[in-house]
Amino acid sequence: MYSEKVMDHFMNPRNQGEIENPDGVGEVGNPKCGDIMKIFLKVKDDRIEDVKFQTFGCGAAVASSSMATDLIKGKTLQEAWDLSNKAVAEALGGLPPVKMHCSVLAEEGIHKAINDYRIRKGLEPWKEKPGAAHAHGDETCEA
Amino acid sequence: MMSGDGTSMTGRRLVYLDHAATTPTAPEVVKAMLPYFSERFGNPSSIYGIARESRDAIDRAREQVARAINASPEEIFVTSGGTEADNWAIKGAAYANRAKGNHIVTSAIEHHAVLHTCQYLETQGFRMTYLPVDEYGRVDPGALEETLTDQTILVSIMAANNEIGTLEPIAECAGVCRDRGVRFHTDAVQAIGSVPVDVEALGVDMLSLSAHKFYGPKGVGALYVRKGVRLDNLLHGGGQERRRRAGTENLAGIVGMGAAIERAVERREEYARRMAALRDRLYSGIAERIEHVRLNGHPTERLPGNLNCAFEFIEGESMLLLLDAAGICASSGSACTSGSLDPSHVLLAIGLAHENAHGSLRLTLGESNTDGDVDYVLETLPPIVERLRTMSPLYANYRRSCNVQ
Repeated sequence: MYSEKVMDHFMNPRNQGEIENPDGVGEVGNPKCGDIMKIFLKVKDDRIEDVKFQTFGCGAAVASSSMATDLIKGKTLQEAWDLSNKAVAEALGGLPPVKMHCSVLAEEGIHKAINDYRIRKGLEPWKEKPGAAHAHGDETCEA
Repeated sequence: MMSGDGTSMTGRRLVYLDHAATTPTAPEVVKAMLPYFSERFGNPSSIYGIARESRDAIDRAREQVARAINASPEEIFVTSGGTEADNWAIKGAAYANRAKGNHIVTSAIEHHAVLHTCQYLETQGFRMTYLPVDEYGRVDPGALEETLTDQTILVSIMAANNEIGTLEPIAECAGVCRDRGVRFHTDAVQAIGSVPVDVEALGVDMLSLSAHKFYGPKGVGALYVRKGVRLDNLLHGGGQERRRRAGTENLAGIVGMGAAIERAVERREEYARRMAALRDRLYSGIAERIEHVRLNGHPTERLPGNLNCAFEFIEGESMLLLLDAAGICASSGSACTSGSLDPSHVLLAIGLAHENAHGSLRLTLGESNTDGDVDYVLETLPPIVERLRTMSPLYANYRRSCNVQ
């Protein structure tokens, strides 16, 4: 049911772990729904110098965390903010429809970590685009 | 898929631990079936010689099924499997007794073949009670009795749960129903071949079984219907199964079911002893090697081959993928394996927190499994759990809270 890319990122996750003294942290999801993603950022000169993740979740959740963190590493915060869940899913060679919310979770986790960084810096948090997807919006598990 | 020494066709080690999902058809069962595909293919409803041979073969299989559960052959009706048997028993009894009442009782941990049938009947004017179970997954016959009203027409409680393996007090539940004149059905799909199933000793009115759970072929099962129990038909058409279930018979499948159930009942005691010994060694080995594990289901009143445990801080599908990569076939009650975001209704019904239900693993043993397989799992599973815990923010939080204290 998973693409080779998904399996590769699940079996050999990139950027898995924790950053000591991170500049921004974002935790999304909830144990009730069976997936939690935590993103740690190290930021230098408005760029993501390092990024790590911890994930409790299924194969797609782990692969999405791995791919999403890989895609934003070295990027500016604005570029990282603009990474969409669809781009993560595409980079993974597609996700089964029921697993698309895992890629949404990755996007949300990155947004939360970036805004955590901005708040720590005394900056206004960026606003989600109206109508942005939510991982657990219209599904049975109520976050 | 597997050869006798537990390797796959690719030569990789393969340990199949999902016998509750399905079992391989036993070679002697396949052998019994083979002539009924191309040689003895006659339609049992026809009049000529080869048709009579088919009819005789079906009669023999019906007798084998009847003997295995202490019923008479006229009480055995062939179906396409457990799901059809459950659907027929519940819808058939509901509609046949509509004039008497509209209340049906079942348990919260039934297979979806029962639960979804009951939910459908709710849309058709029937009223349902879903009995809760205790922390081990057991239905309380006293609580069942209290739900019965003069409108109750049917009770359906499974003999053994497919996920957690818990055995239900079927004789007691059936006794309660008989005293109140309420029909009683049991889904015994997981029980046949593992625990004694005797329709007279249990006192049930209807019982579902499925051949592929006891080393028979897929796509064939049976519903036992006690003489005198009224049941509307589910499938309408030709006059097969004494006008109760239309459709040309799955001849080879039926022959296979007969051979498989006879074989399963003959071997049952030895099989159950061997499975229980392997299962107990598997669980004590897991509990010794891995922290934060809980056994799901009843510690003793459970299917001999069923082990279900919850590993805290990790998610089941990830575990299954890593086990699969190591050649171990297992299953989980995780939401991610069900296509929804909700974990197994059975694990929630026994009171597991959502996050623990997501981290459950079901290992179901069968004939091919050996002590070597148990050793292999005990060697393979701990690093998998460790690896996923290292990745898990829940585990990190837990570790932090330990350090703080």
